[in-house]
Amino acid sequence: MSSSDIYRELILDYYRNPRNFGKLDPRDIDATDSNPLCGDEVEMQVKVSADNKIEEIKFLGKGCAISQASASMLTELAKGRPLEWVKTLSKEDILKMLGTSDLGPARIKCALLSMKVLKTGVYGYLGAKMDDPIDH
Amino acid sequence: MLRSQSLDVELLRKDFPILKRKIHGKRLVYLDNAATTQKPRAVTRAILDLYNKHNANPHRGVHQLSIEATEAFDEGRKKLVSFVNASAFEEIVFTNGATESLNLVRYGWGRRHVKKGDLIVLTLMEHHSNMVPWQLLAAEAGARIEYVGVGPDGLLDDAQFESLMGQAPALVAFTQSSNVLGTINDAARLCSSAHRAGAVTVVDGAQSVPHMPVDVQKMGCDFLAFSGHKMLGPTGIGALYARRSVLEEMDPFQSGGDMIKAVHTSGAVWNDLPYKFEAGTQNVEGVVGLGAAVDYLNALGMDRVRQHERELTAYALEQMKSVPGITVYGPADASARGGIVSFNLGDIHPHDLASILDEEGVAIRSGLHCAQPLHESMGLSATTRASFYVYNSNDDVDALMMALSKARRIFCL
Repeated sequence: MSSSDIYRELILDYYRNPRNFGKLDPRDIDATDSNPLCGDEVEMQVKVSADNKIEEIKFLGKGCAISQASASMLTELAKGRPLEWVKTLSKEDILKMLGTSDLGPARIKCALLSMKVLKTGVYGYLGAKMDDPIDH
Repeated sequence: MLRSQSLDVELLRKDFPILKRKIHGKRLVYLDNAATTQKPRAVTRAILDLYNKHNANPHRGVHQLSIEATEAFDEGRKKLVSFVNASAFEEIVFTNGATESLNLVRYGWGRRHVKKGDLIVLTLMEHHSNMVPWQLLAAEAGARIEYVGVGPDGLLDDAQFESLMGQAPALVAFTQSSNVLGTINDAARLCSSAHRAGAVTVVDGAQSVPHMPVDVQKMGCDFLAFSGHKMLGPTGIGALYARRSVLEEMDPFQSGGDMIKAVHTSGAVWNDLPYKFEAGTQNVEGVVGLGAAVDYLNALGMDRVRQHERELTAYALEQMKSVPGITVYGPADASARGGIVSFNLGDIHPHDLASILDEEGVAIRSGLHCAQPLHESMGLSATTRASFYVYNSNDDVDALMMALSKARRIFCL
């Protein structure tokens, strides 16, 4: 699969019409990170329910289509899930969500940025340390 | 292939083995020369030849090989002295690149001469390497920095520059050619104004020395920094030109062997210029490789190199006019700019564009190009940059245009 095959209609639609883009107020989780190589930025805001589930989730950010579509799709995927589910997210889950098998070393960081941000926020909220390195 | 008026590109491409490579099954179209250039066989052969025949530690041994290595090292310096028309052998100091050259000025000159309350003048079109060292120096010394702005035409704000010269700056640092906009600044005029104001001038030549005739005596700068790998030479070698009278008033940068004349337990006596600024065993292969690159460029003729790039840039700017949704940055006239064209295409992020172009074998750079303040001043988060060198032809520009068309199709522009 060539890397430009990632730019299908779906990804472009999420890039141009991002779902769940914006701010949450009040919020329980707010985490931000950037990719220094690309300058991609993603901020994830989460409202947590009494039973530790993702009740509401929104994102802010700027950058390439892969990073922004990935962030938007991840908010849809995560909504309603337990925080514990976020801890189990893997690179493979994100690639599957984006509908691709591989992105190559230059672009994989763009795809994984939102997962990294969400995990950082959730681990911080739970007061736990990340047990697996998420910076691939 | 449309034959260049100035260089026989078809012929000289044969000197660069890497240009025969296929990338994703396509012909390599290498347009990332502002980042680094490819190397002709003459350069790699010179390095191999050094190791196979003459290798030893220069300046140290009395044995035959050490004498040969010293000669090879000195020969490289002579080539650079003449390439930028320095007035003496001592005025070229070897470094590992333009960044180290600028840091050498920061530590060797700046720490001694820049005082509290002094003014340092920079421009907004500087590469981070000609900005961060001065920010650190200013913080350390208690000096202040003013930035000369860049107009929508990609040119420096001359009125602001002249007005800042009225404030008697201690140091004025600027690039001779922007690595994003391509803008060629009138270095001689800027140096002359700065000198009248009593300032010392630092010129970043990383994007000019490889691409046009540069004469430090005509330019009149105090310092000129440049890198070998951006001019067909190897990585890890660069140089600092410094006017002898300024060099004499500088402290050493790094210290250790080779930069001293004598060492006692009570202290050391510095070596003569330029060795005072070259501590430790030097990068002989780098100097030899860079010397071979200089020979190669001299054989082409720097006037013709410049003319070739101007023709290519003019062709690229003309072709880009017909691309819907494209925004090209920098001066509109190719004669006011080097072989660099930065642009954006519709709402395609430069990184996405770079990925799509890479699929077509077209290597370009995307992002901030180590010039974040410039991008911020233009309200941009990133740009895509195509940059040319001696082995590029109109065919490469055409390949870029084809790849841009594909990107527009993929992004439904």
